[in-house]
Amino acid sequence: MDKNLAKYIWRHTSRHQIWILFIILLSMPTYFLSLDLPKQIVNGPIQGDGFSTPDAKEVFLRLVIDLPDWLSKAQPYVLFEGFSLERLQMLMALSGAFLVLVIINGLFKLYINTFKGRLGERMLRRLRFQLIDRVLRFPPNVFKRVKAAEVATMVKDEVEPLGGFIGDAFVQPAFLGLQAATALFFILLQNVWLGLLAAFMVGIQGVVIPKMRRRLIRLGKERQLTARQLAGRVGEIVEGISSIHVHDTSNYERADVAERLGRIFKIRYDLYQWKFFVKFLNNFLAQVTPFLFYAIGGYLALRGQLDIGQLIAVISAYKDLPSPIKDLIDWDQQRIDVQVKYAQVYEQFHVDQIIEPAIQDVTSGPVAPIKTPISVINFSASDDSGARLLENITLDMRPGESVAVIGTAGGGSEALADTLVRLVWPEQGRVSINGEDLLFLPEAFTGRRTAYASGDAFLFQGTIYDNLTYVLKHYPVRERVYEGAALAHRDWEKTEARNAGNPDHDLHGDWIDYATIGVDGPDELFTAMEQTLEAVQFSDDVFDLGLRASVNEKVHPAIPEHVVAARKALRTRLEEENLASLVTSFDAALYNAEATVAENLLFGTPVGPELSNTNLASNAYFRSVLAQAGLDEALYRMGVEIARNAVELFRDLPPDHPFFQQLGFMTADEIPDYQALLQRLQDKPFAQVAEADGKRMMKLAFSYVEPRYRFGLLDQEMMDRIVAARAAFHDNLPESLKGTIEPYDAEGYNKSASILDNVLFGRIGHRHADAADRIRAIVRSVLDDLDVSRDVVRVGLEFNVGVGGRRLTSVQRQKLHVARALLKRGDFIILNKALSSVEQRTQEQLVRSVLGEAARDGRKPAVIWVLSNPNLARLFDRVVVLDRGTAVEDGNYDQLMARKGVFAGLLAS
Amino acid sequence: MQLKDEVELLRRVPLFSNVAPAKLKLLAFTSDRVNFDQGQTLFKQGDPGDAAYVVLSGSADVLVNSQSGEIKVATLEPNSIVGEIAILCDVSRTATVKANAPLETLRIRKDHFLRLLAEFPEMAVEIMRVLADRLSHTTAELSEARSDLRRKAN
Repeated sequence: MDKNLAKYIWRHTSRHQIWILFIILLSMPTYFLSLDLPKQIVNGPIQGDGFSTPDAKEVFLRLVIDLPDWLSKAQPYVLFEGFSLERLQMLMALSGAFLVLVIINGLFKLYINTFKGRLGERMLRRLRFQLIDRVLRFPPNVFKRVKAAEVATMVKDEVEPLGGFIGDAFVQPAFLGLQAATALFFILLQNVWLGLLAAFMVGIQGVVIPKMRRRLIRLGKERQLTARQLAGRVGEIVEGISSIHVHDTSNYERADVAERLGRIFKIRYDLYQWKFFVKFLNNFLAQVTPFLFYAIGGYLALRGQLDIGQLIAVISAYKDLPSPIKDLIDWDQQRIDVQVKYAQVYEQFHVDQIIEPAIQDVTSGPVAPIKTPISVINFSASDDSGARLLENITLDMRPGESVAVIGTAGGGSEALADTLVRLVWPEQGRVSINGEDLLFLPEAFTGRRTAYASGDAFLFQGTIYDNLTYVLKHYPVRERVYEGAALAHRDWEKTEARNAGNPDHDLHGDWIDYATIGVDGPDELFTAMEQTLEAVQFSDDVFDLGLRASVNEKVHPAIPEHVVAARKALRTRLEEENLASLVTSFDAALYNAEATVAENLLFGTPVGPELSNTNLASNAYFRSVLAQAGLDEALYRMGVEIARNAVELFRDLPPDHPFFQQLGFMTADEIPDYQALLQRLQDKPFAQVAEADGKRMMKLAFSYVEPRYRFGLLDQEMMDRIVAARAAFHDNLPESLKGTIEPYDAEGYNKSASILDNVLFGRIGHRHADAADRIRAIVRSVLDDLDVSRDVVRVGLEFNVGVGGRRLTSVQRQKLHVARALLKRGDFIILNKALSSVEQRTQEQLVRSVLGEAARDGRKPAVIWVLSNPNLARLFDRVVVLDRGTAVEDGNYDQLMARKGVFAGLLAS
Repeated sequence: MQLKDEVELLRRVPLFSNVAPAKLKLLAFTSDRVNFDQGQTLFKQGDPGDAAYVVLSGSADVLVNSQSGEIKVATLEPNSIVGEIAILCDVSRTATVKANAPLETLRIRKDHFLRLLAEFPEMAVEIMRVLADRLSHTTAELSEARSDLRRKAN
């Protein structure tokens, strides 16, 4: 990137800029002709020049090459004799020619503008890409001081106006300048004096106005600054309001604000005055010239030194003059503006020690394993405040050994781990692999052969699968094969990417580097994934996520096929173990007490919004079914009872009381509403209840589950009526609602419901202790027997982790990070307090299983684990202890215990 | 069983006998009705305490781990409350409780229980009374056990 915007633009677009300039030059003759033509029309057919007799004829479109005398003395060479036309014909022909010229000019403009737009957009794309490319190459310390939002705004918003300007950077001044010059030249040709006059006026405009505008820019900046300061001051007042009150300084604050507002007023008023004065002057200069033309041109015409046609042409040519001048001035202003913005962005993105592009070069194919130790040599580093993190550390991390790194508080153990993966850069010393400085090794080498996970686990938004395979996406391994329109689009993508200096890798190709981790494709990768997830005890979580998801039949055909069998097997198992009462199955002829009233009425899963909980009470067909069964009034009465119970129970509680969590169907704020509603509805016959009130009450009834709320509102008669209404609802379902509900079918798969709901085909009872956990264990074993558990895990892997992984718990995020560090199968696995959120008791199991998984199938990677719990160090070959940034002890567990030094002290505390 | 029946049952629990019926109804509503089969454990010794249980019907054994295995120290009858110590002083469960017959309980969550104590001093006093009662029992048993030991030693 160049510091100067014009240079930057010229470097990347010179070829296109020259082309477009050439096109503009090409467009000038027609432009000139379109200026000249009105004169010919007025002078010729209208004024009658050359048509002195009624049947006189003139020649139209005679093309002659007439070289000036100083070039050649030859006779003019006639290309085309032209047509001989009468006066009226001539008028029409000339007017027609004028129209043609207008169209040609328009087409030129269209081409030029489109070309410019494309040029600008391409440059914007290039610039944005370069900025992000630089972010990817920033040294790690930069990220401690830049704010993510600021970088994002710069890339997104601040460079945006540059895009608009880039297309105009050279083209606009050239085009407008030429246009203005052509018009001026034309006027000069008609009459030298008028031309000079116009040139003089344009000169004034071109010199004076920009000068005056500069002041506008300065005032504008001041306005922005004072406004920003005012905002800061208002914020201060709000935050410091208590100080203001207790010290009686409100009037001091008033004075301060008034003073600031006064200053802003002055600036703004100045701005207005100046702005309108500039406008007045500009308009005046533009208008005074025609006055001079009319006065002087008219005088010359009267004197016979100028014909009327010429005068009209001059005036109409002059009409075209101010607008290019004005645009030129605008362009100049934009240039200054954009140059400032560009300089700011340039400064922000130019940091010291930026990583060389070569270190991140795309490297296809396998990378040699690390067979030598990673040596930390005389390494010292500080954090951005200057505090020492590591002090002159020298040690080797040898291949194949497991190392526990233990630190005292602030001992620097985490920094040591970061050092090994280049996240902390040295002030002195270096880290070297096989004699080469880590800082200069390509990331393709270190990033594939070492794995790293830390406790502050960030995940990208995407599925668990995406996040697991993320560590394997180094380069496009296989291009996707495209055909037809898709191929054409892909080719276009490639060309356009190259035109803007972007890489043309196919994001939709297969980026997963199976070969590096020694698997042959997705199936083996999945097995490896299962193993790593098991090692970090995350597989059960993934399985549960899968159970709670609904399934795309096309992607996972095995699950729908086995659901009915699983359902039956579950039933049998529950009966065998005397647990049948845990789940109340759906039965078309029976009321399911554990399900809500709405679920019992619909007896199916709503698809789409029509029959969803929120809209159910408004659905006309559903309501008609209720009305026919006489249930609408009954449900309304039930809702009133529910509301009455809830109000009675909760009326005296403060709104933030934790008991409200128990009240699923009503929030604390709604209690007074319902109280008022109950008052209003008291003793009102159902027929007179307002529609909206009725709906509200019915909604309460819809979500009622007797065993959960225990208000005693559902008797056998009511349940029978609901079951009868259910049948009526399904028998007469209109065509328009056919797709909006998927009925419960004991023999079929329900694609809108989760796998768990499909297998249960019922509801878990509310009254049984740990029912949900027990059922889940049985479901798991049933699915294991049917051999579909792995498919459920696959479904679970498609769970979207949310922004930053927030839909997972912090423990789950940490486990996922460790799992993918294992999945990479690097030669050095560095875990930096990677499972710190995990409960102490399970940490030991996890350390054991992770060490075991790392060494699976005879692999022997080095595992370097920064532990928060020194007790676990005994599971490792070697223990390194850091205190105040230096390695104070290094040896195996027993040796260190025997020394009774820092390590033994840490263990004892 | 409906809410109002539960309220009737709760009123028979000494701890709640002085609490107004409306409040008991709220307590019943915000608590979970949990049933246990014979042999199922309510909680294990050493678990973190998250809830107290009121026995509505059935009975349960209170078991304590010792060097010679599990010892049954008490049997819970209907209307008794169990597990309140662990949620009052934030220690792990001091005993295991196992249903010895089909058991119906009301499970009161820790935060709800503490909230109730703060709001109804009469309940707090009642709890104190029950605990003091138990303490005096335990002290009596302890001194008896000590004098037994001394006698045996002599």
